[in-house]
Amino acid sequence: MSVMDELKAQIARRLPDLDLVIGWGRGYDALHRTPVFLKDAKELDQLVFDPLCVHNLATYLTRFGKGKRVGVVVKGCDSRSVVQLLQEKLISREHVTIFGLPCEGVADLGRVNRALASRGLVMGKAREAAFTAQGLELAFKGRSETLPLAEVMAAKCGRCAYHDAVLFDEFAGQPVGRKDPDNHDDLAAFEALTLEERMEFWREQMERCTRCYACRNACPLCVCRDQCIGQSREPGWVSQRSGLEEKFFFQMIHATHLAGRCTECGECERACPVDIPLMLLKRKLGKEIVELFNYRAGTDVESRPPLLAFKVEEDTINERGW
Amino acid sequence: MEKELRIVGFLCNWCSYGGADTAGVGRFIQPTDLRIIRMPCSGRLDPLFVLKTLTGGADGVLVSGCHPRDCHYAEGNYYARRRLEVLKRFLPVIGIDPGRFEYTWVSASEGQRWQHVVTEFTAQVHALGPIQRIGKQAQARACSFATSGLFARVED
Ligand code: SF4
Ligand code: SF4
Ligand code: SF4
Repeated sequence: MSVMDELKAQIARRLPDLDLVIGWGRGYDALHRTPVFLKDAKELDQLVFDPLCVHNLATYLTRFGKGKRVGVVVKGCDSRSVVQLLQEKLISREHVTIFGLPCEGVADLGRVNRALASRGLVMGKAREAAFTAQGLELAFKGRSETLPLAEVMAAKCGRCAYHDAVLFDEFAGQPVGRKDPDNHDDLAAFEALTLEERMEFWREQMERCTRCYACRNACPLCVCRDQCIGQSREPGWVSQRSGLEEKFFFQMIHATHLAGRCTECGECERACPVDIPLMLLKRKLGKEIVELFNYRAGTDVESRPPLLAFKVEEDTINERGW
Repeated sequence: MEKELRIVGFLCNWCSYGGADTAGVGRFIQPTDLRIIRMPCSGRLDPLFVLKTLTGGADGVLVSGCHPRDCHYAEGNYYARRRLEVLKRFLPVIGIDPGRFEYTWVSASEGQRWQHVVTEFTAQVHALGPIQRIGKQAQARACSFATSGLFARVED
């Protein structure tokens, strides 16, 4: 039985006890998938799972009223968001049913777009898209194109250590297995910059920010929603003025509120319409958290996020060494 | 010392604010760059206070609370310690020298220690000089835009 058939059978079996199941379905063109909210077994044929299923559906789990029984389909990385939500008691285990999948990686549509543009093609004009051993095969009117996987896969997948859902009620398909844990070595180039160069780097990047808050809305752990302090006027952390300081300060709010909680799923950066490399902030912070507390968010339901805990004698903090 | 810089100190009500007071009553000579904001507890200190202060133009920020085990609320400073350490490591990511921010513990009786902390931290911030602001260039650009004659034409 294929992974898809297994998944559908599992959902069909569980659906009568659930209010809805969140999965991926076809989107508005050949390259886009979209979240689908299934309430009836008749809708199961809408389901899709392939490397174009980029969304982290765990983002939706905190959006339903209390007591709703929700099923969610997750890749390895997405399952870490679910675990983190459970750790923080933002969702309860009885109310969520996890359909775990193994995953070899997803596409980065920004990269696909650039790869096609360099070949004189427009992404939106693709009529069909399929992943094969050769790569992403695309059919255009009167022409086909194959993009090698290395050219189109998301950067996070190259360093992924959790290809299989880390927590699940049902698991479809064969596990991919664990890989070496991410050592954040992609940050070396950024870390080699001087402080002035870093500030200049962010100046250039943040200038483009439109303050659309898509980065926040896509984030599974950003749960304050309408109470977000980035938008409240009382207290007024960020003014209505659209200067660099306001835009950048919003990212500081996001980064600090996600410290020790961010699973580095990459949704914030993926959602950003102007390609601001937000993961740099999050990953650098993530690296510090690993060094300080030996903690990777969303990997263990039983553990406590480090900033919600303390040790009377901290092993790694030298608070008077200045 | 040269021209004063702007340094903001967030002090907990129960220990460090008292310690600074003790230093004052004892007439211990201190540099005058520090402006003190009194907090109920170092645990009340949102790391965003520090980020807002630094990105808003302060040249340095000092946080001081009760010594571990002495917190008036038993554990506020333990949580603060983790947050503040993470914050200190975050500053270089955004291009701010981590030496512009320090946190420490001073009790109400430690007037002498307060004097030492303020003197040392002020010297450290002076060694780094005035802070560079992220919005500075944007402001400069906006000014040149405003004076480029474009607005004059709009008004015509
Ligand atoms: S990070 Fe891992 S689990 Fe997530 S999409 Fe990439 S390969 Fe799959
Ligand atoms: S901050 Fe970004 S990478 Fe981190 S959990 Fe949120 S969306 Fe994912
Ligand atoms: S998604 Fe991008 S443009 Fe929108 S607020 Fe976030 S950083 Fe700014």
